[in-house]
Amino acid sequence: MLSAVTVPLTILGLLEREPSHGYDLKRDYDTWFGQDKPLPFGQVYATLKRLARDGLVAGGDAEPGAGPDRKRYAITELGAREFDTWLTEPIDPEPHLQTVLFAKVVLALMLGRPAEAYLDTQRAAHLQRMRELTEAKRTRGLMDALLADHGLFHLEADLRWIDVTSARLGALAEMVRSS
Amino acid sequence: MTSLNASPVPRGRRAICKASDVYRSFGQTPALAGATLSVASGEVLAVMGPSGSGKSTLLHCLAGIFTPDSGEVYFDGQRLDMLTDTERTRLRRTAFGFVFQFGQLVPELTVADNIALPLLLNREKRKAAYASAEAWLPRLGLDGLGGRRTGELSGGQAQRVALARAVVAQPRVLFADEPTGSLDTLTGEMVMDLLVGIAREEGMTVVLVTHDARVAAYADREVMVRDGKVIDRSDVGLEVRG
Repeated sequence: MLSAVTVPLTILGLLEREPSHGYDLKRDYDTWFGQDKPLPFGQVYATLKRLARDGLVAGGDAEPGAGPDRKRYAITELGAREFDTWLTEPIDPEPHLQTVLFAKVVLALMLGRPAEAYLDTQRAAHLQRMRELTEAKRTRGLMDALLADHGLFHLEADLRWIDVTSARLGALAEMVRSS
Repeated sequence: MTSLNASPVPRGRRAICKASDVYRSFGQTPALAGATLSVASGEVLAVMGPSGSGKSTLLHCLAGIFTPDSGEVYFDGQRLDMLTDTERTRLRRTAFGFVFQFGQLVPELTVADNIALPLLLNREKRKAAYASAEAWLPRLGLDGLGGRRTGELSGGQAQRVALARAVVAQPRVLFADEPTGSLDTLTGEMVMDLLVGIAREEGMTVVLVTHDARVAAYADREVMVRDGKVIDRSDVGLEVRG
């Protein structure tokens, strides 16, 4: 399950692919990002409402049919810019980023964006943070060194995931394209 | 002599090593496929990449151990790949130091013998060579081990001897290929602290090949080698030198 911050951006990414109904967005979200915890319908529509309020998506007229909301939503130019910024900027290096990075990689592949370049950029950001922590270890006391070690090992785990994912991008791209 | 042409190096610093569009294969297997890289003087550069990506081959080309099939390699403005074998060997002895993962020490010789070896090969007088070798022992935490055979040392001690041997002739560039690959975390950190500390004190340039992010974090900058090409996304300001 992605964080509360990431869900709206992920939905924006799904909408960048093509305009969609809330139901389709939920189905695609659950397929790719919600295997452990599907996104509740209520959250999908609440998120779409907030995105529409902020001018990031635009909803069409309600279509006839059953269900809570039969509007087809499309991403706006503002929404596309916001999504692009999120996708291309590295995340602040901190532990447990895998779910966000995973979402970025899958969405990049769906949209034909350079996923490998994003991973490389993230790797550079992680290494920069590791460099700072390593310098702190060299110049400060043992307590700071131990705290820095904790951060270094977690960042290293992220980096290993980035490396393995980078090596498997071809297979993942094939899976995303054929879905 | 051909001068260095346009090449990105960290802002305000001069490139000391450069590979330009280097190709190198082993039989039918390509190792480098258009690799381009500049290393700034005094920089500690980490070269990362998966196994088989070509990162060690790139180090060997920069150090004049391998000659490229095509492309150009420079050291301090000089075409390294155009030198004769004898000239390259002399350059490796006088300007370059090497630390590898395994098998670099002569186990039958003592610690002092091993450290003095590059100086003796450079025809320094025996007494001066051994005095220089002994001077490195306390700096690397090897006091009292000068007479010990290197085959009797722990992995960490052996790697510190290898480091002393690599720097005793005061090389301008230190090439290190997975220098902590056979060591545990803490011992590896000690070796890296020493390696980078010595390089900074002595003003040496370091080209460090590693797959280990914790080792790469000691470097000023890192590049990735993938499929024989160099990818640089490190967050440093780069300028193109004319």
